[in-house]
Amino acid sequence: MLAGIRTRDLRKIYTSPPPLASGGGFGFGSGRGKGKKQPKPQIVALDGISLDILPGEIFGLLGPNGAGKSTTLGILTTRVRPTGGQAWIGELDVWREQVAVKRLIGVVAQRPNLDFALTAREILLFHGAYFGVDSHQRAERADVLLDRFKLRDRGDQMVRGFSGGMMQRLSIARAMMHDPQVLFLDEPSAGLDPQTRLLLWEIIREYNHSGKTILLTTHNMEEADALCQRLAIIDHGRNIALGTPGELKASVPGGYLLRLRFGSHSPELLQRLQTLTGAREVRANPDSKNDNSIDVYADRGGPLVSEIANLASSANVELCDVHISEPSLENLFLHHTGRSLRD
Amino acid sequence: MNWKTFLALLARDAHVARRNFAPLVLQTFLQPMMFVFIFGRVMVSSGYMPAAYKSLLLPGIMAISMVFTGVWAVAMPLIAEFQFTREIEDRLLAPMEISWLAIEKVFFGTLQALVAGLVVIPAAWLLLRPGVELNLRSPLSFACVTLLVALFSACGGLALGCSISQTHIGLMFSMVLTPMIFFGCTYYPWSALAHFPILQKVVLVNPLVYASEGLRGTLVPQFPHLPVPAVLVALTLFDAAFLAAGLRQFRRKAVS
Ligand SMILES: Nc1ncnc2c1ncn2[C@@H]1O[C@H](COP(=O)(O)OP(=O)(O)OP(=O)(O)O)[C@@H](O)[C@H]1O
Ligand SMILES: [Mg+2]
Repeated sequence: MLAGIRTRDLRKIYTSPPPLASGGGFGFGSGRGKGKKQPKPQIVALDGISLDILPGEIFGLLGPNGAGKSTTLGILTTRVRPTGGQAWIGELDVWREQVAVKRLIGVVAQRPNLDFALTAREILLFHGAYFGVDSHQRAERADVLLDRFKLRDRGDQMVRGFSGGMMQRLSIARAMMHDPQVLFLDEPSAGLDPQTRLLLWEIIREYNHSGKTILLTTHNMEEADALCQRLAIIDHGRNIALGTPGELKASVPGGYLLRLRFGSHSPELLQRLQTLTGAREVRANPDSKNDNSIDVYADRGGPLVSEIANLASSANVELCDVHISEPSLENLFLHHTGRSLRD
Repeated sequence: MNWKTFLALLARDAHVARRNFAPLVLQTFLQPMMFVFIFGRVMVSSGYMPAAYKSLLLPGIMAISMVFTGVWAVAMPLIAEFQFTREIEDRLLAPMEISWLAIEKVFFGTLQALVAGLVVIPAAWLLLRPGVELNLRSPLSFACVTLLVALFSACGGLALGCSISQTHIGLMFSMVLTPMIFFGCTYYPWSALAHFPILQKVVLVNPLVYASEGLRGTLVPQFPHLPVPAVLVALTLFDAAFLAAGLRQFRRKAVS
């Protein structure tokens, strides 16, 4: 059975600060807060996310920290209660038919959430058992996965002593243990060395070839580009762009981005830059504190630099720095949000 | 309801408990046994305590061991697993209604509390002998009381474990468990509080009072004790209340 993923106008408002930031959490029950009438802080994490992910697709969610990627995955995997909107895995409403949904999905959370009381192999075996995999098949799959993720020699050690990357690998292996139709991976390559990252990509592609749907999140443009058939870029809980990596890149005016920094601010220069042949869009860089930084979106890169230098000297402004980026998702993100997206 | 998953979760807990068997045993029995030895043996044989105290003490010690074991067995793992590492998440994602995971914890905690209670009787009896007079007149009511006490300890563990964070574990012991034990009629019968009429009324909110008095009433009925039917009703109510509160807190912690 093939299963896609659909969400309609998902909204999530957290009403308490994240437990981590609250410094010690709450006391006994909820009695403590009642005396003071302070309204609880509200964080809008998702502000109407609608996605339609096809069965058998590798789909990527891309966005900066706090964009709402993990919250989206949390709702789709029954771990977060949506404030509004609906989500489906296949034909199943995620919130209403949780048990049936859980049968279909495998989940890798952003933070490794391994069962620290068990060894690596036991983690896989018990996970299989929770999903009713019979004991023979369990043992077999655990071996295959330990091998595949290069954890065989660590299989019988407690996971407490694992390095971050090993825990990450084991989390991914565990999510595949019951052969789910839909796999959710929240920043799967975070903390993996470059070689292991390539191995992971290979494993993900392989898994996808057997018809499985994969939804992953990442900050890494290269990863999104290499792995995902389609992408959604989200920021501040909203979907700001959607398409294949190629389509998205093509949506940036010109494709190339020249980030310029000048010695001083000159509105006149800004206007003159707009007249350059090939320049599609010119704007002051909203990231920087002063107005001396200017972004030029253009259909060529290097050849424009000498013309820009000429313009600068004729306007009597010093050109301090030039950075050229070729067409990429990074440029796309910058173009849509005015902010850059880095590893 | 998915029994395969439920059983697999039980198997996981049993596996972990077996791995931690020795510390678990020490932690469960060391303190009550020392108490039994000092108060039941040293104090009695030196004449500071009457010989009858041995028999009076035994049900109280049993209640303490059971409550301590049940609360510990359920609350401590929950507190750790709901920490920011969210170790429990894998089990929350098992194909089963999440409340059943809490029920599984309660079930396993109840079993552990039962074992603790049933092992304490012969152990204390051996330590105290001779002179312990157990009068098991109605095995059925004894079984009911024991079961309800075990259940109450596990449900209490669920409610506590889902309501406090790791930083408050010390507080849980000093502010909740210790006063409960001292004001729980464990080392003395409830009637001994007759000289403190207000206190005698106040301690009735303490579920441990019913646990010790119930065990006293069914194991050593020769001592004054609260009526057993009243104890059964009270324990049932406490069980239900703690279970409901615990499940509510559990769901709240499980889903953000
Ligand atoms: N449990 C929580 N309680 C309260 N607020 C939360 C909780 N989880 C997330 N948030 C808030 O919701 C917003 C979105 O968080 P989310 O974890 O979905 O972002 P993200 O896109 O996954 O970011 P990152 O790239 O850093 O993982 C943030 O502002 C965050 O502070
Ligand atoms: Mg995240």
